[in-house]
Order: sequence, then structure tokens, then C-alpha cells
Amino acid sequence: MSTDASLTRTVVVRNAEGLHARPADLLVRMASKYQAEIRIGKNSEWVDCKSILSLLTLGAAQGTELSVTADGIDAADAIDSITALFEAGFDDTSEK
Amino acid sequence: MVELQGIPVSPGVAIGPALVLDADGYQIPRSVVPADQADQEYARLQSAVDAVSARLETSRLETAAVAGEHTGDIFAAQLQMLHDPRLHAELRRRINTEYLTAAYSVNRVLHNYAAALRQLSNPFLADRAEDVLDIEKQLLRELGAVKRGPMSDLSEPVIVLSHVLTPSETANLDRRYVRGFATETGGAGGHTAIVAKGLELPAVVGIGPFLDSVGAGDQVIVDGDRGRVIINPDATTLKHYEQRIKQRNSLSARLAELRDLPAETADGVRIRLNANIEFPHETSAAIERGADGIGLYRTEFLYLSSEQEPSEEDHYQAYSQVVREMCGRPVVIRTLDLGADKMGHRPLVEQEHNPFLGLRSIRLSLRNLDLFRPQLRAVLRAAVHGDVRVMFPLITTIAELRQARMLLNLVAEDLKDEGIPYRGDIPVGMMVEVPAAVVMLENFVREVDFLSIGTNDLAQYTLAVDRSNEYVADLYQSSDPAVLRLIARCVEVADNAHTSLAVCGEMSSMPARALLLLGMGVRNLSVPPSSLPRVKKAIRSVSINQCQEIAARVMKLEAARDVDMYLLDRLGDLVPELVVT
Repeated sequence: MSTDASLTRTVVVRNAEGLHARPADLLVRMASKYQAEIRIGKNSEWVDCKSILSLLTLGAAQGTELSVTADGIDAADAIDSITALFEAGFDDTSEK
Repeated sequence: MVELQGIPVSPGVAIGPALVLDADGYQIPRSVVPADQADQEYARLQSAVDAVSARLETSRLETAAVAGEHTGDIFAAQLQMLHDPRLHAELRRRINTEYLTAAYSVNRVLHNYAAALRQLSNPFLADRAEDVLDIEKQLLRELGAVKRGPMSDLSEPVIVLSHVLTPSETANLDRRYVRGFATETGGAGGHTAIVAKGLELPAVVGIGPFLDSVGAGDQVIVDGDRGRVIINPDATTLKHYEQRIKQRNSLSARLAELRDLPAETADGVRIRLNANIEFPHETSAAIERGADGIGLYRTEFLYLSSEQEPSEEDHYQAYSQVVREMCGRPVVIRTLDLGADKMGHRPLVEQEHNPFLGLRSIRLSLRNLDLFRPQLRAVLRAAVHGDVRVMFPLITTIAELRQARMLLNLVAEDLKDEGIPYRGDIPVGMMVEVPAAVVMLENFVREVDFLSIGTNDLAQYTLAVDRSNEYVADLYQSSDPAVLRLIARCVEVADNAHTSLAVCGEMSSMPARALLLLGMGVRNLSVPPSSLPRVKKAIRSVSINQCQEIAARVMKLEAARDVDMYLLDRLGDLVPELVVT
């Protein structure tokens, strides 16, 4: 990863049922708006934030700490939006 | 006779011969394609993906139309999975570099994902394996690797028994023949359960292994009220259940006889009983069941059921059909009541954090006049054919109401200038769904011709509960005393101003709550066509005096639970036929 455009931040899964279908769907939609390569990781396991199946298999339950890294020209914006999404607990935590 | 206990997820009783579906494990042989045909094989996979994608989109729209938007949204996450870039990269690699067949690649890759999900300790995530396998199965069918199920060519009634039934399979069950279903897996919160309830198909899930003890054609009873499934019932049990179905049917038959009788209380107070509809074809059900008019015509389907944004002509055709078929009876057309998140035709806003508090409904219309204008023009044009009234949803401030009215006037002037036939003097009303509107209602009644309370949204916004959120759904009760007080205030303000007031939410469709509303002074109810007979029966069984006693007592209660228990009790006394045993 290039150093100047690569950013890392820690987020916590707040919504009660974890990072399941609807939050993951929202996360992918958000990540896909950016050109940056965005990866999200638990311990040493890293996955592509634009892949819903990879996100789901992370199995991130409520309270899990995740690291997010973004690499690319809009990395800063990307990481801000994604952090905001986690902080808001994906707002509506319902399974729809 | 074998009696099984599972989880009741959709009420009602169904009896019929078993249709046992095969277990899920496909054995797709590992086979390869010649290297020079790999590209062609990958292209074949892509057309399968396109076909499944189109089918999921149709399932989403059809389910949304029958069972509501949120139920339809179940298929949105599946669509996202189907288009997952990692999935495609992996499939491409297997086909293009290992020369595996598309079917084998799909089978391996998706099974791996499903297995990874199943291992997760979080049950919400583990359940998503169901969604992944659903996609796998559909892709394999599309690729011709597995046969289409036995359900594609039914010719007689059946009860479907299966290890698992995916949400899309449930949505696509042939309603002409499938009477009910039971599955070994699944839970009350599963997507399959939600779809079943939306389709009103009696269903029991989560029974555990039982398919080994059923043969094709065995007689099966599915009791969706109690979560019981009975295989080869003995004569007594069968008779008992046949009796229950008969009771349900004879009640429906007796209720059908009320069709031509007015919705009038025992002491002769005439109540206007209208129907809520979403599709033009529902007018026939409304008329057959004796509706006085259409109290709420939801126009969202025009925006949801087509690839393209509806044109003015699309609106006009749909509205005219309803208005003509109602033969002079009033038709209240509600303008677009959707959120920006549901407008697939064009991106209207960035992802909203809180769609229910966001750019939706009248707010969305007022911000997108090129979207709103064709709808209003169509309403005024259709008004030439009958008694049309227009209603604006989610009005929160006076400014919104004035803007909407002003636009209606501008549109009328345009039509006049263009020499197009229209009626510009139609009644204009608003939905009362936001507590702010109730607080300011004295001001609103001076500027509208009628009011309609949407109890679903009013309860949601009063109680600060997103009703689609299962974690707080139990807090969402239209019988909550806080909501009842707001309704009582609306009635008072409307009466003082001699403005007509209707209640068109879910609340009015429940007979016991309908009686409460009458007691509170409401004289105009609008309910789904399927609820018309029951509500009319309730109205004709009571006097206004009795309703007022109910209301007086209810207004002293402190909790929704107490209200519901009391109402059920009173309904049992006054209209025992309607209490399901």
C-alpha cells in the first residue's frame, strides 16, 4: 500500500445483531461509491469492503473491533463515511 | 397419525396431500470444459446471473406489492450477493484458468460461502447461508444443471413439505395450488416466514427432521395458528380440523351476505366504509365487498413496478380505470408516498442515514417537481371521469401544504392553457401522520377539505419506533394511549371545524379497534378490501352508545396491552362471531 494515500482507522460494530445482511448491504453500497481500495479486517483476517459475501463471513458480532484501511485518491473521504456508518450503528438495525 | 410441533409463522389451517421436496444437497459432478471454450462458459454464467438478477428483482417487486416494501427488500441483499465482485472474480478464475464448468464452479464457490456463514456463532449471520444457497440453486437451474422443481407444474392442491424453503421459492409458490407449507428448518424471524405471512399462506417452520416419516400423497394438516403439523390424521382429528376450516368459511360466507347492506350501527348511524387499494384491479374486490368508495388509493406501485419512471399517461390510465370502475363513488388518490431510498429510477439523494426521517413522501415530491407535476396533472385529468379527491401524505408544516396546493393550481392552469380536459375544483385533503400536524391541526383544517389519519405512521412517529425494526417492533402499537389521545384530538378539531375526518391505517381494519374509533367519534373508515366484511359486521352489531362506553373506558387505560385486552374482551361480548378460537 502506498503510504501517503493509505489510511487506517478502528471502528466498532454497534448494532445489536452484528454486521449482517442489511448493514453489510449498506456498507457495500457506501464503499462502492469510492475509487479507493477499501479493506476491513478482524484480527489478521482482511476482506474487501465492496464484497457483501466477504463482509458477512467476517462474522462481526456486536462489540467487535474492526480495522478499516483505504488506499486511493479518495481514501480520506471513504474512511470518514465508513466510520460514520459504523458510529451510527447503521441507523436502522432492522432486518428488512 | 404423526403429530409434529414447529413454529407457527403464518396463521390459518390447510389440509391436503403432501408434496415432499427433495433434500437440498446437489451432486454436481466435477467436470471441465475444453480450454478454448472457457470464455464461452463464462459468458453462459453471466447470462445465468442476468436471468437470476431479473427474477430476484421481480420477486422483490411482486412481494413488495402483496406484502409491503420491507418484505420485498429481503431480495435486495440477495441481489447484492449475486453481484458480489469477489464472487465473480472467484468464479471467473475457476472457469478461465481451471477450465471447470460454470455449474461446478457455482456449486463449489457458493457452497463454500454458505459453509463459512453456517459456522458463525451469530445466528443472524448463520441464517444468511439460506440466502446464499437460494442464489446457488437459482443459478444452477438457470445453467440447466438441476431440474426445475416439482412445483413448476402443479395441477392439484398440495401441502408443500421441505427441509428448507428459500424466500424466493416461497414468493414464487403457485398460489392456485399450494395450500400451505411446513419445513424442517427456519425460525419466526426468517425471511421465508415473513414472506409466508405476507402471502397469507398457512405455514409452520423449524419442525426438525420429519421428512423421512412422510410419503408423497400422505394427507397433511398444517395448523399455522398453533404451529402443529399432522401427517395422516385420524378421523377425529381430521373432522376437527375440517370443522375449523368450515367455520372460517361459513363466517366468510355469512359476512359476504352483508355486501349490499349499509355499514350502519344497530341504532342507525351510517358509517362510511371505504377501501384502501394499491392496484387498479383491486377495485373489483372493493365493489364486490360493498365499499362505499376508495378511501385511499396508494399510487406507489406505479413507481415501483416498472423499469422506467411512470409518465403522465401511465398515471392517467391507472387513475381513470379506478375512477371509471367506481362509477361515481368517491376515490381519494394519495400522491407519491415513498422515500428517496425506494426511487430506483434515478438517484435522488446520497444514501440517507435515517430514511424514515428523511426525504420521503410529500417532501420528496416537493423537491422533485418534474416528478410530482405529471402525477398531479394526471389526477386532475382523471377527475373528469368521476368523484376524485387528492390527498397529500406526511404533511408536517403548513408551508408544505400550501406549496402542494399551489402546485396543484399551477398545474390546473397549465392544463387549461393547453386545452386539455380536467377538473380543477376537486377536494384537497391531507394525511395526518406526524404529531406536529396534530398539534397544529386547527390551522390545517382551515386550508383542507378533508383529513385522513394514517395510524401506522402516526404511531411510528409518536412512539419513535421504526416499525420495521424487529428489535423495537413490540413497542409499536396503534392502540397505545398516546396515539389514541392524538386521534381523539383530531376528531375534536375536525368536528369543530366541520371537516371530514377518516381513519385509514391498519387500526381501522381490526374490528375491535374500529369499534373504539366509532366510540371516539370517527364516522369514516378505510380498510383493505379483505377486511371490509369483518369491519362491516362489527359496525352492524353495535350501537354508538356501546362504542362510546368502550371509548370512555379505554381512554382511562395506561398501556397498549391493557387496551388490546379490554377491546378483545368487549368484541367477544358484542360480536362473538369475529373472535377466532
